[in-house]
Amino acid sequence: MPDQLIYAMEVILNGLMAGVLYALVALGFVLIYKASGIFNYAQGVMALFAAMTLVGIMNGQVPFSHLINATFGTHIHYFGWNVPALFAILLTMAVMVLLAWAVQRFVMRHLVGQEPIILFMATIGLAYFLEGVADLMWGSEIKKLDVGLPQGINLWIDESTFNIFGYGFFIDNLDVVATVIAALLVAALVAFSQYTKQGRAMRAVADDHQAALSVGISLNFIWIMVWSVAGFVALVAGIMWGTKSGVQFSLSLIALKALPVLMLGGFTSIPGAIVGGLIIGVGEKLFEFAIGPLVGGATENWFAYVLALIFLVFRPQGLFGEKIIERV
Amino acid sequence: MMLDNSEGYVTDDGRKIGAVVMEMKNITLRFGGVVAIKDISFDIREGEIRAIIGPNGAGKSSMLNVISGFYVPQEGEVWFHGAKRPQMRPFEVAQQGIARTFQNIALFEGMSVLDNVMTGRLSFMKTNILQQALWKGKAEAEENENREAVEKIIDFLEIQHIRKTPVSRLPYGLKKRVELARALAAEPKLLLLDEPMAGMNVEEKEDMSRFILDVNDEFGTTIALIEHDMGVVMDLSDRVVVMDYGRKIGDGTPDEVRNNQEVIDAYLGVSHD
Repeated sequence: MPDQLIYAMEVILNGLMAGVLYALVALGFVLIYKASGIFNYAQGVMALFAAMTLVGIMNGQVPFSHLINATFGTHIHYFGWNVPALFAILLTMAVMVLLAWAVQRFVMRHLVGQEPIILFMATIGLAYFLEGVADLMWGSEIKKLDVGLPQGINLWIDESTFNIFGYGFFIDNLDVVATVIAALLVAALVAFSQYTKQGRAMRAVADDHQAALSVGISLNFIWIMVWSVAGFVALVAGIMWGTKSGVQFSLSLIALKALPVLMLGGFTSIPGAIVGGLIIGVGEKLFEFAIGPLVGGATENWFAYVLALIFLVFRPQGLFGEKIIERV
Repeated sequence: MMLDNSEGYVTDDGRKIGAVVMEMKNITLRFGGVVAIKDISFDIREGEIRAIIGPNGAGKSSMLNVISGFYVPQEGEVWFHGAKRPQMRPFEVAQQGIARTFQNIALFEGMSVLDNVMTGRLSFMKTNILQQALWKGKAEAEENENREAVEKIIDFLEIQHIRKTPVSRLPYGLKKRVELARALAAEPKLLLLDEPMAGMNVEEKEDMSRFILDVNDEFGTTIALIEHDMGVVMDLSDRVVVMDYGRKIGDGTPDEVRNNQEVIDAYLGVSHD
């Protein structure tokens, strides 16, 4: 087999793995959009907030320590204990549920029945507010996140590909884990929204508020649930990205990478988010590999957006989005 | 007709009407300075088809919204099954067994007819979220049970042929019927119909009338409906409340109401001076 083809295969595989991470972020968007018609700009920041909270809890950091020290002239920063990863994840999830409740209680509840653009603006506000709170709570330095996920080259893939092709593929263990987790997450989300009472209620609320009320569905409850689920997805994405590239404020920008994924996959489709993520992941890696050297590289920065633009022109509803039919 | 206030009565066609299910006591509802409902009292009895009629803007829909919890009256009490109802939100009222339809149809447009009707069964699903997601044991049995109940209603309302069709593709008359099916799926103790015949042609109106009568007959469902078409209502209902400008101007059997001078004036119009 020609070397170029083998390299391309490795690139595709790596692209698929990167795509899974994009898909993880995109999933959070799709969930909230499907359930409440809100495009949640804050999804990326939620992932950041979740990751920072997780690190903070694990390291036994005192939340709002800067604020406390500045106010009372004290010098406390750490409780002096370390919390095991699994327990810290559970605690972080509890914080995300609390956040969901607060978002519903103090923001969304007052905006029932408003135009989608108003709700969108509210989530922009939420994004910056949350970023500020994250900074105030845990500080702004870059932190390392290690919840015990395997990292580094996957030797099994390396060896088996070496035996077949005479060339070992470099695949990061973390990417493999991310793929497995993403698959589990999607299966769980699909089962939840298709087969459970709460999932049905969620779809009903997304469709028509009045009708949902008339069959005995509590809008408040469903919305808190939806934001909690989005918080959970943000936590998973935050753990993955945080482990990969450190917990830092640029994490919130991964939300921007989710946008082209959503345009490709459609805002309303869970499988769309997955396939869209994979296409973008593979597309940009392959483009960089094949065309990059010819144009001086760094194509990964813009490839996804150009692809999204092309999709917007020819298929605005995305690959799997609901068809836009206008009656005249 | 024999009237006996405590025990109910027997209708002309021999149906037994039971005790009072719902009682509205001195309800007043204001929107800012506008009085939509002014000190109205009436009751609804078990097994009865009770109509609220009146010209446009009389406050009929407001009254239905008070019963179903969408509006909260400033004054007055709502009694349900012999107990005063505390202030409740619409979904809590629905969970109490009061189902409703809407004048402008509120269906889940993106879902199929079957899924729409299934949402009416949400409060019957008792298994936990994990069982449902994994489709294990009890959850499956429960789903089948609910499915059976729903299919029965779908058969009853003759909408089998559109079971899998997305609601958004249905014509108006059928949508109204699907909405009725969803309300019935909840096995309501009281069914509220907001202008079930509005915007329908004669044939559709006849169908809908037949379904309302059949539902009442077959399931013994207590029904309160709003309509401004006098003719339809008089044939359907056992007792009628007549509203005009937020006041109650008549209450009784269709015959009594028909001969009430104030009602005649409201409908035919007299100079108000």
